[in-house]
Amino acid sequence: MPARSVIQVSGLTKHYGTTTALSDVAIDVRDGEIFGLIGPNGAGKTTAMECIEGLRVPDAGRIAVLGLDPLRDVAALQRRIGVQLQEAQLQKRIKVREALALWSAVYGTRLDGLALLEQLGIAGKANAWFMTLSGGQKQRLFIALALIHDPELVFLDELTTGLDPQARRAIWDLVRGIRDRGKTVFLTTHLMEEAERLCDRVAIIDHGRIVDVDSPDELVRRHCPERTIVIQTVDERAIDSLGRVAGIDSAGRNNGQIVLRAHSVEVMTGVFRCLADQQIPVTDFRTFVPTLEDVFLKLTGHSVRQ
Amino acid sequence: MTFGIRGLLALTWLEIKIFLREPLGVIGAVFVPVFVFVVLGRTFGQSVAGEGQRGLVGPDLAVFAGLLIAISAVLSLVTIIAIYREGGILKRLRATPLRPLTILSAHVLVKLLFTATTLILTMMLGRRFLDVDIPIPWVPFTAATVVSTLSILSLGFVLASVAPTARFAQPIGTIVLYPMVGISGLFVPVDQMPALLQLVARITPASYAVSLMRGAWRGDSWLTHTGDLLGLAIIAAVCTALAVKVFRWE
Repeated sequence: MPARSVIQVSGLTKHYGTTTALSDVAIDVRDGEIFGLIGPNGAGKTTAMECIEGLRVPDAGRIAVLGLDPLRDVAALQRRIGVQLQEAQLQKRIKVREALALWSAVYGTRLDGLALLEQLGIAGKANAWFMTLSGGQKQRLFIALALIHDPELVFLDELTTGLDPQARRAIWDLVRGIRDRGKTVFLTTHLMEEAERLCDRVAIIDHGRIVDVDSPDELVRRHCPERTIVIQTVDERAIDSLGRVAGIDSAGRNNGQIVLRAHSVEVMTGVFRCLADQQIPVTDFRTFVPTLEDVFLKLTGHSVRQ
Repeated sequence: MTFGIRGLLALTWLEIKIFLREPLGVIGAVFVPVFVFVVLGRTFGQSVAGEGQRGLVGPDLAVFAGLLIAISAVLSLVTIIAIYREGGILKRLRATPLRPLTILSAHVLVKLLFTATTLILTMMLGRRFLDVDIPIPWVPFTAATVVSTLSILSLGFVLASVAPTARFAQPIGTIVLYPMVGISGLFVPVDQMPALLQLVARITPASYAVSLMRGAWRGDSWLTHTGDLLGLAIIAAVCTALAVKVFRWE
């Protein structure tokens, strides 16, 4: 049974002057998943997210979040969603515990802010001023503020931008923890690795248009089915038999390794059977699977880094 | 309603604490005006006051000080709003159930509070160090200054909306606000000024503020200053309406 939709968007369009930021965007986010809106900077990710949060007024389109209209029911919606905004700051000299206390007062929540800090690993910073926090600590605080009223749906906009790889991994674990507690997460990222590791499903957006939507694995299978297999062996004749396996497009030699290219994953069984039947001695076996980066390049004709 | 009040009080209290942690903020907003007032008063107060002339230490000195304190509060508001906008703080606060009006009202309350504090401190120290033994109308004069500040603050919100970046906020505020002192009627009565300046004086809050504060110092009844109160109220209403239209949160 498919999970119920938490966010339903169709025909979402937004212009800034003569620039089209979003064009006929449709998004469907299901209960309990981590959904990623992925694309390069300037693709329209933040605009789309802020329209859904009720912070921006779209030119056209229908948006329903938890069954609410983000513009008409913004007050009701704000109590049920948690948001982290891209590049947001707080007052330089606000203490971490004061920010949590303010948010608790504003949302009228009884959730223990300090326990939340404990979970997020910044309990030791409760009395520190915001300006003294590192980038990772600031993001953890913003996650805490997004979670303080125990929302059903959490929005995270470019959560790990500017963080070092270690901090990034720690934040990913935290986001998975949010989902594992039964919440839905809607995030944006321009980091394809982040989307691949974290998201259950992603929508690829480019120049304000949604290009495709699915799980990262399925998108790779659909758009980049080619596989590269690299086999290390001393057997000189192995290349001939491996090259004849059904489904292999090309076989070549490179630095004493055999490099096979195929356009489907089904070829794998044939390769193993050939290796076993011919009793080819193998010292290393690697497959290279395309990534979301490759999918993005294929679908848009340009790299996500541009 | 109670919820809105709770949010307003929480935010106001927090902004007061944050303001007090900013070393330059408190020194600039409270101590420098008080200090300058006392030192200048001591140095020039007696020498300027010749026979039959109005001395600098007179009713208008208090009004002058009150007006400058009000303007420095407004200037500080313009700068803070611009910094908060540029840093995305306003946007982050607005993405909570805090209503936009509550967020800005907290800043107004903080400024009014510091205006009153600075003014009372100035009057206390002025009386102590300037060798004047006159009865000071503490409550009416403070009230008149706070009411004036409120009206000028509404103009401050328009300025904060116009300022493109935080860097420009302070100079723009200074250029608009300080010349108001010159045409406020403190130095030359408004009806003796050239027609154009008179017009400008009538549509800016300083002239009404000075008239109201003078009256409060003299001990006039508030009823005799209905015109000034009305002028300040109209300016506040127009500026607030304008600010609602042009205010930018990001």
